[in-house]
Amino acid sequence: MPHTQHPIELLRFNTCGSVDDGKSTLIGRLLYDSKSLMEDQVAALEKSADITGGGHINLANLTDGLRAEREQGITIDVAYRYFATPKRKFIVADTPGHVQYTRNMVTGASTANLSVVLVDARQGVIEQTRRHTYIAALLGIPHLVIAVNKMDLVDWKQERFLEIRDEIEDFLPKLDVFRDVKFIPVSALHGDNVVDDSPKTPWYEGPPLLRHLETMHIASDWNLTSFRFPVQWVNRPNSPTDPLLHDFRGLSGMIASGIVRQGQQVVVLPLGIKTTVKNIWTYHGLLTEAFCPQSVTLCLEHDIDISRGDMIVGLENLPGRETELQARVCWMHQRPLQAGKKYFLKHTTQTVQCVVTQILNKINFDTLDPEPAPLTLAINDIGGIKLKTAKPLLFDGYSTNRLTGSFILIEPGTNATVAAGMLSAPTEAVKPEYTDFAI
Amino acid sequence: MSSYHLDHLQFLETEAIHVLREVAAEFERPVLLFSGGKDSICILRLAEKAFRPSDLPMPFLNIETGHEFPELIRFRDARAKELGARLIVRTVEEAIAKGLAHPAPGEISRNKLQTPALLGAIEEFQFDCCIGGARRDEEKARAKERFFSYRDSFGQWDPKNQRPEIWNLYNARVNPGENMRVFPLSNWTEMDVWEYINQEKLAVPTIYFSHRRDCFRRGGQWIPVPPPHTDASKLDPYAGARPKPHEPVKQLVVRVRTIADMISTGMIESPADSVEDIIAEVSAARVTERGTRADDKAGEAAMEDRKKAGYF
Repeated sequence: MPHTQHPIELLRFNTCGSVDDGKSTLIGRLLYDSKSLMEDQVAALEKSADITGGGHINLANLTDGLRAEREQGITIDVAYRYFATPKRKFIVADTPGHVQYTRNMVTGASTANLSVVLVDARQGVIEQTRRHTYIAALLGIPHLVIAVNKMDLVDWKQERFLEIRDEIEDFLPKLDVFRDVKFIPVSALHGDNVVDDSPKTPWYEGPPLLRHLETMHIASDWNLTSFRFPVQWVNRPNSPTDPLLHDFRGLSGMIASGIVRQGQQVVVLPLGIKTTVKNIWTYHGLLTEAFCPQSVTLCLEHDIDISRGDMIVGLENLPGRETELQARVCWMHQRPLQAGKKYFLKHTTQTVQCVVTQILNKINFDTLDPEPAPLTLAINDIGGIKLKTAKPLLFDGYSTNRLTGSFILIEPGTNATVAAGMLSAPTEAVKPEYTDFAI
Repeated sequence: MSSYHLDHLQFLETEAIHVLREVAAEFERPVLLFSGGKDSICILRLAEKAFRPSDLPMPFLNIETGHEFPELIRFRDARAKELGARLIVRTVEEAIAKGLAHPAPGEISRNKLQTPALLGAIEEFQFDCCIGGARRDEEKARAKERFFSYRDSFGQWDPKNQRPEIWNLYNARVNPGENMRVFPLSNWTEMDVWEYINQEKLAVPTIYFSHRRDCFRRGGQWIPVPPPHTDASKLDPYAGARPKPHEPVKQLVVRVRTIADMISTGMIESPADSVEDIIAEVSAARVTERGTRADDKAGEAAMEDRKKAGYF
């Protein structure tokens, strides 16, 4: 792996497509052609070549790590891969294409800045293509690449490429969230337009995939407006011997959005008490300001009883505070969701009990339209639901804040993670009664 | 790059600190696996960043095979003391004596026997969470591992039935007797680890740096010659791991790239004697660090099999 001059940006992307679209081959090609593969990995590939590759080195074997996957030639689970070029570092989530593993795609996509959706040039747009593009949009991924793969098998015909592009552009307006969408004609197997420009596509004027990944603007992907700080861990040394530490009371956590400055006024929720940030403590010393997604420890001017799950926010743009919520969920468990069932809901740093009061709709992946009033949501279904929580959530809509607008549902007893949820925007912002110290 | 943007090491750091604080907040009896190796050295610094000025809210645990490099043990003990942490050491030897671990006839490596010794320690102290330094870039089966990796009451990993991990919302719920393995460095590469050691000016055991050592060739690797057997009243713990007549001993200038124990670690010939040199060497390397681990070569699915059984 080439040494990179510090500092350098990190880009997280995921690849998706249906079975045999060549996702793993594409990642293998990126690693191989960017010289991120090592000799012992190539040797291991050669050793396994006769199992699945028919004597040829099978680039897919690089990412298909588990024995069952190699034997069946499929990808069971999300596999993470790492590579670097002199321009950027990359984390790739290779997410499988079979319908039954859509939950893994949601997993891989939830932390991505960019999604690469593969389309087999021979097959064109299929239900899986719409499903994967929809999921990328649902999860708020800002950047999309449509890699039209196996172009060699359609004789590198531009008309075929344009046909597929037009079909996708027809349904993109329904999704309406991507900051940019790029179409690239590739052959992952032969490496055309993956790392280097292909001589086979004189009609294509854009960059090959890797150059696009290296140069695309990602600096503004994090949310720097509206300060949100879910308290994760209360930092109290309680040192009886050190008088400086005896009274230290810090609130540790990761900034979920926005910027915080020393001396700034903040509101502690759900108490609704206004106070001031005394200092921003880190291991390397005090900071004058900190921003999303830094992990810091805040010390406040007043000694307020604050615990994990509380939220410290700026005075502007307050979050919602509600027990009755609406959300879209991706169902991830074999046991389907039925209205009336109770779950644990983990949101930011708190876990509360909740009941699903109503299933509003279910997405039809042929039309991308919601179908009203289904009885259940089965595994890999995506739909709208209504929830009631035992304690109010302090939250934002997912479309404005990925970290304060997301939750998971956990089944009591088995502790299985059964759903990924994205909250609709609050109907009204919290109105704290300033009964406080600072006014 | 704007001033409100994290570079790759700062991003990996904030992610790992978040994971460590989730552990402290969600588990009753977590433990941090600390071997003295480069990955766990990074975790200790991240733990300082997550929890200071408080004490680290978990003890350290190390499972010894009995074949450790003495430099590593000295380093481990000194670092734990420096941080004011409680260090728990359990050994494969004790696990064998208690009947928890059963060496296979003729097998010299104790790598696999670390698993029952670890499970024994988890049971003894009722740990509900073990923090480890594994990284997904190390090995193919590791690439499928979660940050919060659930183990059943037998310590087993079921790769086909892992909890999906979405955003930074980690499901940390376990029932009594079950436990979680948590890997804060999941997204780090070998290069990131050395760059972080360099950035934070962290001390590492001297065996990572170039030194002279007697080695012999076995299984395509330079294996270090074990220390001499002096106590004739006991069995030689390195029996079988000593050079045979057809395996000539050579004094070489070597260092370790990854550390298991003396039996399972291949030395690499290298003049690198500073962290900067190591970074340059890793960037030019053409084999992965696990390429020098005999324990991973036992078969393509060697790691997958050990993880299913409850390995680190």
